[in-house]
Amino acid sequence: MKALLRLYVLIPAFSLAACSSLGVEPWERDLLAKDEMSLSASANDLALDDHIYFSKEGTSGGRGFAGGGCGCN
Amino acid sequence: MQLDKKNVKTALFAASCALLGSNAVAEDWEYDAAIMYYGESDRVQAVEGIFHANKDLKNGREFSGKVVLDSLTGASANGAVPQDTPQTFTSPSGKGRYEGKANEMPLDDSFVDTRLQLGGQWSQPLGENYLFSAGANLSAEFDYQSIAFNTMIGRYLNKKNTTLSLGLSYAFDRIQPDGGRPIALSRTVPDAEQFDSQEAFDQAFNATRQSGGDDSKNTLDIIFGLTQVINRRWITQFNFSLSEVDGYLTDAYKIVSEVNTDGRAISQRYESRPSTRSKMAFFAQSKYHFKKSVWDISYRISDDDWGLTGQSLETRYRYMFANNSYLEPHIRFYQQDAADFYQPFLLAGEALPEFVSADYRIGKLNTYTVGLKYGKKINNGREYGVRLEYYNQTPQDIGIEAPGQLAAQDLYPSINAVIVQFSYKY
Repeated sequence: MKALLRLYVLIPAFSLAACSSLGVEPWERDLLAKDEMSLSASANDLALDDHIYFSKEGTSGGRGFAGGGCGCN
Repeated sequence: MQLDKKNVKTALFAASCALLGSNAVAEDWEYDAAIMYYGESDRVQAVEGIFHANKDLKNGREFSGKVVLDSLTGASANGAVPQDTPQTFTSPSGKGRYEGKANEMPLDDSFVDTRLQLGGQWSQPLGENYLFSAGANLSAEFDYQSIAFNTMIGRYLNKKNTTLSLGLSYAFDRIQPDGGRPIALSRTVPDAEQFDSQEAFDQAFNATRQSGGDDSKNTLDIIFGLTQVINRRWITQFNFSLSEVDGYLTDAYKIVSEVNTDGRAISQRYESRPSTRSKMAFFAQSKYHFKKSVWDISYRISDDDWGLTGQSLETRYRYMFANNSYLEPHIRFYQQDAADFYQPFLLAGEALPEFVSADYRIGKLNTYTVGLKYGKKINNGREYGVRLEYYNQTPQDIGIEAPGQLAAQDLYPSINAVIVQFSYKY
C-alpha cells in the first residue's frame, strides 16, 4: 500500500514538472482534434467493456465514474 | 488563380455559408448507438443496448443523454463446491429448487434480470481557463436501484496543453434481493420435501432472512486527473481515484460450502462481507497518432482494504485505410489477488470467520481479452462498426488444501465468453 501511495505521488509530480515544456500551439492541434485521438474515443465500447469487467472482476474503474450501479450476478 | 472582385465576393459568400453551416452542424444532435451480446459457455448470456445523444450548444456548452437497457439470463456459480454426486439447492427466493450436476461447479440457473439506466451530463466552460461538468445517473432492475450524481471542475494550463481536474461522485444504491437479505453465515434450507408442510418450510426459510438492517449502499468517489498533450501526435492522461463504500456489500445470492474431512459438503452457508470498503486506483493512458494509425495503451492498478489488488494492461491499435475504414485489434490482460476473506469452502468444526466469500470474482484471478473491431466512416459524420471479442477468466488456486473428494474436483474452473457488438453513429 505504501509503495502504491509513493507511485501515486511521484508520477503526477514528475509529469507536472515536465508539463511546462510540453505541448503544442493552438494551430498544431489538427491530429489531436480527430475523434480517434479523444481519450474516450468509442465511448460506447468503453462503457460496455466497463460493465462487463465491473460484473466479472473484483476491481474496476480508474478511467472515470461508473455511473448507474448494478447488482451484477 | 487570380482573384477578381467577383471571385472575392464568391469566396466570401462561400466562407460565410461554411461558417453558418458549421454552426448549424454544431447545434445538431449527434447520436451513437450500440448493441452488444455477451455469452459465456453454459453460463450467463446478456444483451445490452446503449443509445447516446449529444448536443453541442453555443459557446462550448454541451449536453449528453444516455439510455442503457440490458437483459441477463443463464446460470451463475453460486459459490458452493462441486461434489461427486448431484446436489440440490433452494433458489434465492425460497420458492424453487435447482440441481448442481455431479463433478461440476454448481450453477444457479434461475437468474433473469433486466436493467434500465438513464443518464444526463452537462458541461460548459467557466471563463477562459476552467471547465465545469455535472451529471446524474439512474439505474433500476427488479432487485437493485441506484441513483448517482457527479460533478467535475477542470483547470486548463499551458495553452490548454495541461488540464488538471477534480471530480466527485456520490451514489446511493438500494438492494432488495429476491427472497430478502439472508442472515450472514446462516445455513441455507436445502429441500422443501424434508418438511411436513409448506408452512414449516417457509418458517425455516424465513428464519434465515434479516428482518431489519441496512439494505442500502453509499458510494463516494473522488478523482484527481491530469491530462497532458506531449506533442502534435501524443496525449497522455493520469487519474488517481479514491472510493469509500459503506452499506450492504454482501452478495445475497452467494453461498459457501461447509465440508467435512472427507470433502463432503454437509451444509451451505450464506456468505458474509464487510460493510465498508475503501478503494484507491491509479490509471494512466497514452495515445499516439502515427501516420496512418492510432495506438492507445492504458494501465490501471487498484488496491483496497479488502486486500483485493488488481492490475490491468490494455491496448488498442487502430489502423486507418484510405477508404475511411479501419481495423482495430484489442488486447487486455488483468490480474487480481484474492480478498482477505475469500476461501473456496469452510471446514466443518472450525470456528466460523466473521467474513467469508467463495465468490471466484473476488478470488485470485487472471483474465485476458482479445478482440478485433472493423469500422467505417461514411459521409456526414456517420460511422458504423462491428466488434468481436473473446474473454477468458482463469481463477487461480489460493493454496488451500482440499480434503477428501474435493482433491479430485476442479475448484477453479475457467470461464470463456464471446462478445459481439454492432455500433452506429450518426
